[in-house]
Amino acid sequence: MATTDLVKGVRTTRSTIALKLLMAASGIVFILFVLVHMYGNLKAFAGHDAYNEYAEHIRTIGTPILPRTGALWVLRVMLIVSLVAHVAAAVALWQRASKARPVRYEVKRNLSSSLSSRTMRWGGITLLLFIIWHLINFTIGKVNVSGGATNDPYNLLVDSFDTWWLTVIYLIAMLALGLHLHHGTFSALQTLGLTNTLTSRTRARVLGWTVAIVIAGGFSLVPLFTLFGVIDK
Amino acid sequence: MKLTLKIWRQADASAAGAMHTYELDGVSSDMSFLEMLDLLNEQLLTSGEEPVAFDSDCREGICGMCSLMINGQAHGPEVTTTCQLHMRSFTDGDTITIEPWRASSFPVLKDLVVDRTAFDRIIQNGGYISANTGSAPEANSVPAPRDKAMRSFNAATCIGCGACVAACPNGSASLFLGAKITHLGELPQGQPERYSRVASMVAQHDHEGFGGCTNIGECAAACPKEIPLDVISQLNRDLRTAIKQGF
Ligand code: HEM
Ligand code: SF4
Ligand code: FES
Repeated sequence: MATTDLVKGVRTTRSTIALKLLMAASGIVFILFVLVHMYGNLKAFAGHDAYNEYAEHIRTIGTPILPRTGALWVLRVMLIVSLVAHVAAAVALWQRASKARPVRYEVKRNLSSSLSSRTMRWGGITLLLFIIWHLINFTIGKVNVSGGATNDPYNLLVDSFDTWWLTVIYLIAMLALGLHLHHGTFSALQTLGLTNTLTSRTRARVLGWTVAIVIAGGFSLVPLFTLFGVIDK
Repeated sequence: MKLTLKIWRQADASAAGAMHTYELDGVSSDMSFLEMLDLLNEQLLTSGEEPVAFDSDCREGICGMCSLMINGQAHGPEVTTTCQLHMRSFTDGDTITIEPWRASSFPVLKDLVVDRTAFDRIIQNGGYISANTGSAPEANSVPAPRDKAMRSFNAATCIGCGACVAACPNGSASLFLGAKITHLGELPQGQPERYSRVASMVAQHDHEGFGGCTNIGECAAACPKEIPLDVISQLNRDLRTAIKQGF
């Protein structure tokens, strides 16, 4: 017996789930990026010359086939595209959700949702603000809050994190990142349809914890050890 | 026991509603939650007030007609339907807040009654399989793997009550949708329409104004039938396949 397709002209690519798939894909691009970025930062423990050499090396990957900073720009464009997609989808879904549940309950108990899952949106805004500041700080603007030189990556890093309040800002951002990744990792796997059993769901949750702790914890080491004087000029 | 009830009262779909407080005495711990409301309504009738409207049908936990947000939990503090919730779950002197399901796709019709026909329209858009009518087919002619049959049957226990939507901060019906997709998509009989079904049902879900899922899991915690979150993963996977297949 032949059956007919149920609908004609339905656009699956315009559905809420498609938006979520976009968020999951761009989120995974971010996770891979921050993982590598975090690992690279640990070069600061190897001292001035090793760190600056690493900073220079990123710019010469792929040369002479690619121009200087060529590979870096490929990565940057990928990240910018992902960020625009991720934030646009987040805003669209946020608006949709507010329309779908406009009336608050007089009393509402949260039974199983984690703090991280409930703070994805405001946490995401925190991350966005942080990303803007972070780029001004180290990439686009190169702002040295203690007034020192900005042409030496290692010294800019040490000067920045010797400033206690800047270290605090970075640590708060890492807390936000850890929370976002704790739920985001699990959520991305679920959105991609990879958690169809209890076991795979449990594994995805464990992976969420691991990714959050490794990345947020790893990033926090350099600011902390600089503040405590282990990493210095 | 003696209770203080705070109940949402709303004259009709277009009227503005408000919380009203009632004192109710003589509640037995053996009463079901709905019998307790019946008692309140008798009291309201004798005093000439309009009784509180609420939904119920089977009162056996199988039809999915009863609803109610009780003290901030869909179907109240136990993992069951409101009709199967008993007053022994409460203690003398308790204050109980009772609200309707809140979602713009489930508009309030009166007091605690909401319109859940959005679910019916989702089902109409693919929540079935095509089968020949006539004499019943031989039961064992289509083999079904046991694990898939079990998963399908578990998902099929969804009674369409809407507690998942009520508990979801995004007003998403993903758990309901996932239950139907898993129920029909796991069995051989559901294969021919599998991907057009998910495309169509998701489109209707979105069209009804339900929100997107953020995988926070409040739905599964509220579900009286303990439908697990993995049905949403299945829904997402089937939709992903539908996209690949060009729906
Ligand atoms: C730029 C600011 C950002 C905003 C506004 C934002 C916002 C959001 C929102 C609202 C969600 C959906 C939450 C949910 O589904 O429960 C989400 C998911 C996610 N975010 Fe972000 N985020 C941002 C940056 C990041 C960054 C920097 C990363 C990675 C390091 C990231 C990784 C993820 C992942 C993996 C998901 C899960 C996708 C899914 O639910 O399927 N996000 N984000
Ligand atoms: S999934 Fe559970 S909560 Fe949602 S409609 Fe079905 S039975 Fe009710
Ligand atoms: S009245 Fe039928 S399930 Fe509660």
